[in-house]
Amino acid sequence: MGVIETEGLTKTYPRVTALDHLDVSVGEGVTGLVGANGAGKSTLIKILLGLVRATSGTARVFGHDVATEGGTIRSLVGYMPEHDCLPADVSASDLVVHMGQMSGLPYPAARERASDVLRHVGLAEERYRPMGGYSTGMKQRAKLAQALVHDPRLVLLDEPTNGLDPTSRDDMLALVRRIGSEFGIAVLVTSHLLGELERVSDHVVVLDGGRLLRSSATSEFLHATGSLLVEVHGRPDADRVLGQALVEAGLVARPAEGGMIEVEVRDETTPDVVRDLTVALGLGLVRLQERHHRIEDVFREGGAGSVQPV
Amino acid sequence: MSSPSDAPGDTRSRPAGVIHDLGYRPYGGPRLGEGPVAWSLFVTGLRHTYGLGRSGRSKVLPMLLLGLMLLPALILVGVLVQARNLLGLDDQIVAYSTYPLTTQLLISVFVAAQAPALISRDLRFRTITLYLARPMRRAVYVLVRLASLTVATFVLVASPLLLMYVGGVLADLPLVRETGRFLGGLVGAALLAACLAGLAALVSALTIRRGLAVTAVIVVLLVSYTVVSTIQGIALDSGHETVGEVAGLFSPYTLVNGVQVFLFDSPEATPTPPTTDPMGVVYVVACLVIVLGSIGGLLARYRRVSP
Repeated sequence: MGVIETEGLTKTYPRVTALDHLDVSVGEGVTGLVGANGAGKSTLIKILLGLVRATSGTARVFGHDVATEGGTIRSLVGYMPEHDCLPADVSASDLVVHMGQMSGLPYPAARERASDVLRHVGLAEERYRPMGGYSTGMKQRAKLAQALVHDPRLVLLDEPTNGLDPTSRDDMLALVRRIGSEFGIAVLVTSHLLGELERVSDHVVVLDGGRLLRSSATSEFLHATGSLLVEVHGRPDADRVLGQALVEAGLVARPAEGGMIEVEVRDETTPDVVRDLTVALGLGLVRLQERHHRIEDVFREGGAGSVQPV
Repeated sequence: MSSPSDAPGDTRSRPAGVIHDLGYRPYGGPRLGEGPVAWSLFVTGLRHTYGLGRSGRSKVLPMLLLGLMLLPALILVGVLVQARNLLGLDDQIVAYSTYPLTTQLLISVFVAAQAPALISRDLRFRTITLYLARPMRRAVYVLVRLASLTVATFVLVASPLLLMYVGGVLADLPLVRETGRFLGGLVGAALLAACLAGLAALVSALTIRRGLAVTAVIVVLLVSYTVVSTIQGIALDSGHETVGEVAGLFSPYTLVNGVQVFLFDSPEATPTPPTTDPMGVVYVVACLVIVLGSIGGLLARYRRVSP
């Protein structure tokens, strides 16, 4: 049984279609939900929580229908909203204890769990201060802590890295990774920054305009595309000189970003040809690497919005 | 800041964390159902209304108002106990049903200050999302929040009455008669608390900004009372009592006092209480309409709250 299963899930608002016949299956581990703003990520999460009613189609979380068993699902799921939701005059500690109680934990257990999860998310002494004075990073941690306090089987994290500086972002992503692997809690994490999800996700679902663009294991997103990236130095126009030589040698070569050359691999001798030509031209070979297909490329090929569902 | 690692954006204090890190421990204990969860939300809301479990600053106003509510009752009891024979008193100096009207300013300020703290706060900070993402149903949340505010208001209105009752018993006022009047006073206090809390919660739920909500509740309660008592005074002087009786429907204080006059024969505290049975029934119905109407209004308002 999958953690999340949707079939033909559609949500239309009076002027916009947020989700369009979405069929998605999410399993254990960390699943990244990628899409530009307005792609339908938050709408999907709210439907999964049973807070927004789908126009048509079905969605199940741990086998429970979102339309009829919202309460059961919400007791199994933790939710970290995208927007600010922390009262300014309450401490993180008090809020997380209270939210644990709201999920049905008895007071002593809620206190113990709150203390545990606040430690895991990395809120130290500041947990006893009112949250109005928190930095964005601390607020995101407090929001994450309240989503974890009742030991859910699944957490829905809506843009957890929003507004964080690079260091805090790395911390948050590491934490997301730990929740999925070490804590054994399934994670659905959304982001519009595609690059950061490939680092922490086992599986990536790409939404575009409410439709499923692609859903596959992260490793498949990173498969080799059959080309090499070559970087040379020695002359100001070294890349052009080598590119010309490669084309004359019968290979397909084109300029790539950062003054590099992308060479399509014809057979296993291609790297040798590149090496020999570089030496023959008296250039220095700085880099010769397989080009990986990054998640961004799913969008770049043909531009976001124009790509047909796979 | 207790250590450099507390700086925002800094990485977590690893060394301290590693020593005590027991790893993630899943929770295998009991999970309570809707009833206990609702009870815990009710108790938290009630405590928060008096500033308990919140910052020291938020305790000041509700505790001050509670003290000011009790002070006149304390003085009245002192006079009653000490000088009963001297002054030939056979009664409470101020009737139970009259006390909330004489202290209506304090009660209005309390409701106006605390309703937004309880109701608008969740909407303003969007903490409501965190509640909606938990098992509790929306309607239960709304009713529990309203119950916290109602009980908090009831405590404010009824505690001086309790003080007066205890004082009356100590001063050897007739026990049975005094108990009956006290219980009537409690019913009145409960009705008043329900009306005030319902109206204030509805106004607070419609105005997300706290300052605006406080002002709006004050305007609704104080202005309505001032206008109503002015009209009643004029009506009495000019001999149009019926006008005054109808006007009494439009302020919770005069309305609840009228209900007490009608149901329990309490001494009247307004110039023109309901004098006929039909008018008395109208008063009771108006009271129910306010309470049920504000519950309905609140439920309708929260249905439109997006998570």
